[in-house]
Amino acid sequence: MDVEDIEIQLFVRAMQLRHGHDFSEYAPASLKRRVQQLVRTHDTGTIIELVNRILHEDDFLPRVIEGLSVPVSEMFRDPAVFRALRDKVLPVLASYPEINIWQAGCAHGQEVYSLAILLEEAGLYERSRIYATDFNDAALAMATEGIYATRDAREWSRNYIEAGGAHSFSDYYSARYDFIKLDQRLRRNVTFFNHNLVTDEVFCEAHLILCRNVLIYFSNALQDRTLGLFRDSLVRGGVLCLGTRENIDFSPAAAGFADIDGALRIYQVGGSGARPLRK
Amino acid sequence: MSTRSAIAMGCSAGGLLALERVLPGLDPRLPVPVVICCHTGSPDVSLLVELLQHHCPLPVAEARERAAIDPGTVYVAPTGYHLLVESDAHFSLNVDAKVAYSRPSIDVLFETAAAAWQGGLVAVLMTGANSDGAHGLKAVRDAGGYAVIQDPSSAEVDVMPLAGLEVAGADACLPLDAIAAELNRLCMS
Repeated sequence: MDVEDIEIQLFVRAMQLRHGHDFSEYAPASLKRRVQQLVRTHDTGTIIELVNRILHEDDFLPRVIEGLSVPVSEMFRDPAVFRALRDKVLPVLASYPEINIWQAGCAHGQEVYSLAILLEEAGLYERSRIYATDFNDAALAMATEGIYATRDAREWSRNYIEAGGAHSFSDYYSARYDFIKLDQRLRRNVTFFNHNLVTDEVFCEAHLILCRNVLIYFSNALQDRTLGLFRDSLVRGGVLCLGTRENIDFSPAAAGFADIDGALRIYQVGGSGARPLRK
Repeated sequence: MSTRSAIAMGCSAGGLLALERVLPGLDPRLPVPVVICCHTGSPDVSLLVELLQHHCPLPVAEARERAAIDPGTVYVAPTGYHLLVESDAHFSLNVDAKVAYSRPSIDVLFETAAAAWQGGLVAVLMTGANSDGAHGLKAVRDAGGYAVIQDPSSAEVDVMPLAGLEVAGADACLPLDAIAAELNRLCMS
């Protein structure tokens, strides 16, 4: 066995035993790259020295967690998905008196605010509650603030228009120098809190779950467990939206979902036409 | 019997034309998978897959996460994601930060493919306007794999092959029209 692969295993074991964080079911190639990146960021030279710091420095953990979570996103990423949510999913949600939405793996919050804007424009925001979760506290803090770099706003504005936005994207933020701050009214019905998909359980009855580009970091077994968690959390007819290149064909739990728009990875729990299993 | 188990190819600016000239020369009985990372501005890779299929005697498909990597198939990395090879010869994707200003990044594909296939990997770096792939190619050679670089003088844009030669060096540096024959020789003999 390759020495570096042994070190990765020791890293995973140290995170588990010392801090109770289980990365053993993460997809190996991505995990390895992120651990290598941690070595560079913290200039530890080797993974084993990184492990040493994890074991002996109590305040080091948040920085490791930050390096292992998925902070990259943008507002209205994949505009076609948000257009489909607007056209196909919100009309379904409109039939409920109260709408619970779980944004799982919200990272820096770009999709939370995108969703909030979508709900506002559909007149559904007042009866909606968005639970935005992540296992990275630093990301949650940034998501709560809703401050982003101005240079990103131009592309997000294009995305917003492509997604079928009814107003101007600039209506939703104030710009100051190099930063924009999202209108904080957009989060009046949003609750940000720490939830770990690997270890934590269902906490609400959801009508819509968004979890885009998070399960791609999980093994087949952990992907299946998480899809089971989503299925248990969703009401009958509830909607699940994943990243546009995710593949749930190997998950037994996916058998509970039917396509609303298969190409955009938007699914519905139960009903006829639930997915067949393919190997 | 050849000990080669996979081919990985990377290209950027000018890459589409280069692939259209290399792929037709591949032997239709090629017993290994071919995995391509080609930077394109297009939001969807399906058009590229369709285009390349017209020029390729082997089936061309978008690389899907979690899917097994089958021999005799040409796979193309989807836009907006890094494409990684797991050690059990499955694909995975991630949306980590860009590497060498690119996602998908050739470095990410080459480095993970080198870890998975070790000395069985043949990696090909061709035309392009940045240095993505050079460090990946070094990882391929360090793992015992075989590195082919397009002769910079035959490249539409020579920055990428020159960076590859400087950082990694090559086992073969060939004009575009000689690359397919070299791949067939390496994997068929």
